[in-house]
Amino acid sequence: MQLANLILAQLVNGITLGSLYALIALGYTIVYGIVLLINFAHSELFMSGAFVGLGVMTVLTSSALASKFPWLAPAQHFFAGSTTGIVCMLLIMFLVSMIVVGIMGMIIERFAYRPLRHAPRLAALISAVGVSLFLQNAVLLWISAQQLPFPNPIGESTAFTIGTVDVSVLKVVIIITVIVLLVALDTFISRSRFGKAMRATSQDREAAGLMGIDINLSITLAFFIGPALGAVAGIFNGMYYGSIVFNMGFLPGIKAFTAAVLGGIGNLRGAMLGGFLLGIVESLASGFISTGYKDVIAFAILILVLIFRPGGLLGESVLEKV
Amino acid sequence: MAETVTDIDTKADAGRTTPLKIALWILLAVAVVMTPLVFEGYGWLFVPHIMALIGLYVMLALGLNIVVGFAGLLDLGYIAFYAIGAYAGVIVGAWAYKSAPALGPWIYFLMIPVAAIAAAATGIALGTPVLRLRGDYLAIVTLGFGEMVRIIITNNAFGLTNGAAGLPRAGQFIPTPFGLDWLQNHVYFPIPALGRSFVLQFDNNIYWYYVIVLLCLLTIFVVRRLDQSRLGRSWAALREDEVAASSMGISITQTKLWAFSLGALWGGIAGLTFANFQQFVSPESFTFLESVFVVCTIVIGGMGSIPGAIVGAIIIQGLPAFVQGLAAAGKLPGIDPSTATVIANYRFLVFGLFMVVMMAWRPQGLLPSKRRAAELKPELAEIADIESEQLYDAQHDDAHPGIDD
Repeated sequence: MQLANLILAQLVNGITLGSLYALIALGYTIVYGIVLLINFAHSELFMSGAFVGLGVMTVLTSSALASKFPWLAPAQHFFAGSTTGIVCMLLIMFLVSMIVVGIMGMIIERFAYRPLRHAPRLAALISAVGVSLFLQNAVLLWISAQQLPFPNPIGESTAFTIGTVDVSVLKVVIIITVIVLLVALDTFISRSRFGKAMRATSQDREAAGLMGIDINLSITLAFFIGPALGAVAGIFNGMYYGSIVFNMGFLPGIKAFTAAVLGGIGNLRGAMLGGFLLGIVESLASGFISTGYKDVIAFAILILVLIFRPGGLLGESVLEKV
Repeated sequence: MAETVTDIDTKADAGRTTPLKIALWILLAVAVVMTPLVFEGYGWLFVPHIMALIGLYVMLALGLNIVVGFAGLLDLGYIAFYAIGAYAGVIVGAWAYKSAPALGPWIYFLMIPVAAIAAAATGIALGTPVLRLRGDYLAIVTLGFGEMVRIIITNNAFGLTNGAAGLPRAGQFIPTPFGLDWLQNHVYFPIPALGRSFVLQFDNNIYWYYVIVLLCLLTIFVVRRLDQSRLGRSWAALREDEVAASSMGISITQTKLWAFSLGALWGGIAGLTFANFQQFVSPESFTFLESVFVVCTIVIGGMGSIPGAIVGAIIIQGLPAFVQGLAAAGKLPGIDPSTATVIANYRFLVFGLFMVVMMAWRPQGLLPSKRRAAELKPELAEIADIESEQLYDAQHDDAHPGIDD
């Protein structure tokens, strides 16, 4: 019975963690699908999302700010007062963060990747590493070198209990939000005009261009959507662990990339599947093997997948043609 | 440098040997030998230390150059081999010193092959399954591998690595190499003619600086020979076009594996030297950021270029450390010594920007190798466009994307 409970508890943690990985993994996969570039800076956009979110939350709730700018006080009173207020605050926080980080993604694409679109792939990857280094240290130098506490406005209350395992409201909110976002994205890509254009661009850039599709718009859109989803994951990550720091993006970024590869990079549903799988495997491993080695397990999975099924679980194997 | 018929690069580099050139080389040699002694003599102790670190980076950069510059495989976890070399060497060295203290000064010569073989063997073990992957996947897998090695070391794997506390443990020693004790105790000559406080002396930093310079020379020699060998030409062919190279009879996996394991071997030797020089290793020295810096070094200097690696190491490792050292020693007017670490932080920011700008503006690096320069920057922009389009077509089997821009 105890074992079953442990498994159940780790499963709940795993699904929560996995939904965050899935969100980040989508950012990698959507960009890779269109421009065949591993957006190395994605993990830093995820981190930026958390920082922007914290900034917005501070403006909306900090009493220190309210005493300096009295006109903020009534709004803050509303946001702190009721459940409606908290929900509104969360919505504003997520929206602002998504938009800001999405625009950051577009700017990065414009200045760091677009000039290299015809260069060897290595050049773009190195440029991406450069962007990542820059963003990380910009936050370190200009915002904070220390961990910042990230308040959790949803609270620690328990939503429901399975067996003896308490599932917190925050976990439920994370999982539901992520699923809603995944479904919305899937619908957008498969049904909307822009989604169709993006799929066409990723299949054959030139033919899509000849058909009158604005290729740059498709690419820019991918660089908006991916980071925006990453920003949501960043904020949830902050609430879940209670603090954020300038280098928080590195490990989740690499693991989410693993998830994207696991599912088949370039394949949206694959990234979702890979994210959940990786989260669950990692949580079970840290529960049953060792927490110290849980990061090694993710990397070991990455290496094994690439060796035995380089196309990923849902991906097709692509032959290099002449 | 022996001249052979295929020795194109050497001939192009050297041109005719004029007296001026010989004089410049002699001047350079004197500078390399004397600079640390002079600075040490005037009490600027951090300068020999920084110069030794630059030398280590030159070795690392040249080793990684085999993988990235020659064979075109992006390795983002190169520091793992550095770590493996350092740890393997220190573990075996400390053990040998404990079992046979009489061997003392000679143990270093046992540590070198151990470190080199350990690193190269790991390189082969990782490379065999992984080198079949496409370039950007390889980058991520090597990155993952680098992190794995660091995490395993931090977790005190098999009780060997002592976790985050590092090696050697209390009571263990990295044996002092041949001659260091004697030189440290006997070379101490004040020379008043060179200034009141000038003392010609010899310490750990200087000793290892000279060892590192010798190792760098060895590395340069080997790397040059490799570049011009049959293997080196296979690497170039492979880098330019895998399919064409393979249809010319080059075994792709085997050739890549050679690059990977030779690169790892130099990484291991550099790691061992680092451990000896620092007298201490801990997982902190082997973070992902270090791997990025080594890549940065060769990108800034110019991929596949030996002078480029040296210039890159001076810019990446030397310049910031020197400014920081000056600031910390209170020798920069108007800068408080306590702000020295801020300078160190700004360098990462600047490097990040530098990498982006460099890729857009001068992808071939500051001092590109002639072969790579020709490849990365054709004379006419028009040719460059056509070539990149053809490359893109070849890789993706879809036609030129330039048409929509």
